[in-house]
Amino acid sequence: MIIAERKPLDEIKEMVKDYRKVLNVGCGGCTSICLAGGQKEVMILNRDLKEQLLGEGYSPVLDGFVIERQCNYDFFDELDNMVGGYDAVLSMACGVGVQFMAERYPETPVFPALNTVFCGADRNIGWFEENCRTCGECVLAETGGICPVTRCAKGLFNGPCGGTRLDGTCEVDKDTPCAWYEIYHRLQAQGRLGNILTVKPPRQWQNQTRRSLVQEDYKQRYAG
Amino acid sequence: MKAGSNLEKVLKAGHFAFTGEVGPPRGANVEAIRKKAGFLKGMVDMANMTDNQTAMVRMSSWAGSLILLQEGIEPNYQMVCRDRNRIAMQSDILGAYAHGIRNILCLSGDHQQFGDHPKAKGVYDIDSIQLISVVKKMRDEETFLGGDTLDVAPRMFIGAAANPFGVPFEWRVHRLAKKVAAGADFIQTQCIFNMARMREWVHQANDMGLTEKVYILAGVTPMKSIGMAKYMKSNVPGIDVPDEIITRLQGVEKKLVADEGIKIACEQIEEFKEMKGVAGVHLMPIEWEHRVPEIAERAKVLPRPQV
Ligand code: SF4
Ligand code: SF4
Repeated sequence: MIIAERKPLDEIKEMVKDYRKVLNVGCGGCTSICLAGGQKEVMILNRDLKEQLLGEGYSPVLDGFVIERQCNYDFFDELDNMVGGYDAVLSMACGVGVQFMAERYPETPVFPALNTVFCGADRNIGWFEENCRTCGECVLAETGGICPVTRCAKGLFNGPCGGTRLDGTCEVDKDTPCAWYEIYHRLQAQGRLGNILTVKPPRQWQNQTRRSLVQEDYKQRYAG
Repeated sequence: MKAGSNLEKVLKAGHFAFTGEVGPPRGANVEAIRKKAGFLKGMVDMANMTDNQTAMVRMSSWAGSLILLQEGIEPNYQMVCRDRNRIAMQSDILGAYAHGIRNILCLSGDHQQFGDHPKAKGVYDIDSIQLISVVKKMRDEETFLGGDTLDVAPRMFIGAAANPFGVPFEWRVHRLAKKVAAGADFIQTQCIFNMARMREWVHQANDMGLTEKVYILAGVTPMKSIGMAKYMKSNVPGIDVPDEIITRLQGVEKKLVADEGIKIACEQIEEFKEMKGVAGVHLMPIEWEHRVPEIAERAKVLPRPQV
């Protein structure tokens, strides 16, 4: 899932303060699940923003609305009829949703209310951890299901580096486990150390230009 | 001869190598390097020029290396993976070679978070082991990593670092093996204080036949003070300072602590001279270059061989 967090109120206020009628649109997908941009967060942001703007002498009209997902146009029908009535749109989706919204309504200024931070999992309620940098060439098979791209501070493919602390934490942060220390121990326990005994050659990075993807079964459909 | 550097010749001739280190200035202060070089001249077979160590911006290591060359000291050009991608690295290697640099040390580098630009974007396009293989490919296959032929190969003597004290300890000798397989000609270790661990690591390397394929230079740093020993013990990741060292420094009069530190270093060097699998010592006298002549003298590594 995509994990996001709300931008500071001041930053959001600066984006929208000069627009009188603003529609704040939440997303029922990832940002709702990670408690950053769902129904409740739309309400809270509108309340706080209104109070702030009123206090500074503005007289904003701030409405809220949530669609199921902002990363698929199938869910935009209702919005299509609403956006025309506003001077600007604030999106509480991830960066993908914000861009989709901006593309859908090219005449309307669209602003991000969130910072999109990573692809991660729930460690507990409201607690998330980054696990994948979408490198496009997954090596988890060799590394015991622990991602070196994301979880090693240097993204090493032939780790660990010389800085691993004696207690197995990363040189960068004494509260973060060294990914390669964990990879070593997991592979050792599974009798698979052979995976990391040979030199892993430099990789051909797959994520240096914008990617698009059509699944095999649909290639015919979009051809030509 | 792979590169024909002075270090390679010294090692090939079977001498016990003695190398040093110079940290470049935080500015364009050429005199600072010349001054440090003055203390090292004739005392070492080669001196490392560090590459923005601890991720603090300093004069570039190739530029510092050239100044060492002018001063008559063979440089070991350190290159970290933190700051440049494979294009910049290969280009710098060619440039360094063109100007007479013949040794290179391939390192991951301290993470940018430690330095004075903690939120810089780290590069880490390739890692240190991959960098070793790139330099080797350029030298031995005369091709770039991308496969194209290059016009005059950079004949570098390829160095790498090893930390015998890192965890998992059992893994460290395998990591050394990977560096050797990638093409390392010589290894400089992390500063050694835990001799028991070091002996064990070298023993493992001997058993795996690695010391027949690579020259190991043992890293030695004299403790300047009790404070330094304590700081290294608790604050420098990857360094293992046993309590005996601290106790021993505490056991002498205050004004003799530095001398005791040098004494410990000299005892280590004596042991390394006899240790099977160790081909020399790499002295890292952190900001203590002016004591190098005294240390070299007391460690009985002078005069340096002319090869
Ligand atoms: S290797 Fe890591 S970053 Fe790449 S796809 Fe797998 S989990 Fe994601
Ligand atoms: S200590 Fe471990 S996780 Fe941290 S940079 Fe080194 S290898 Fe990567």
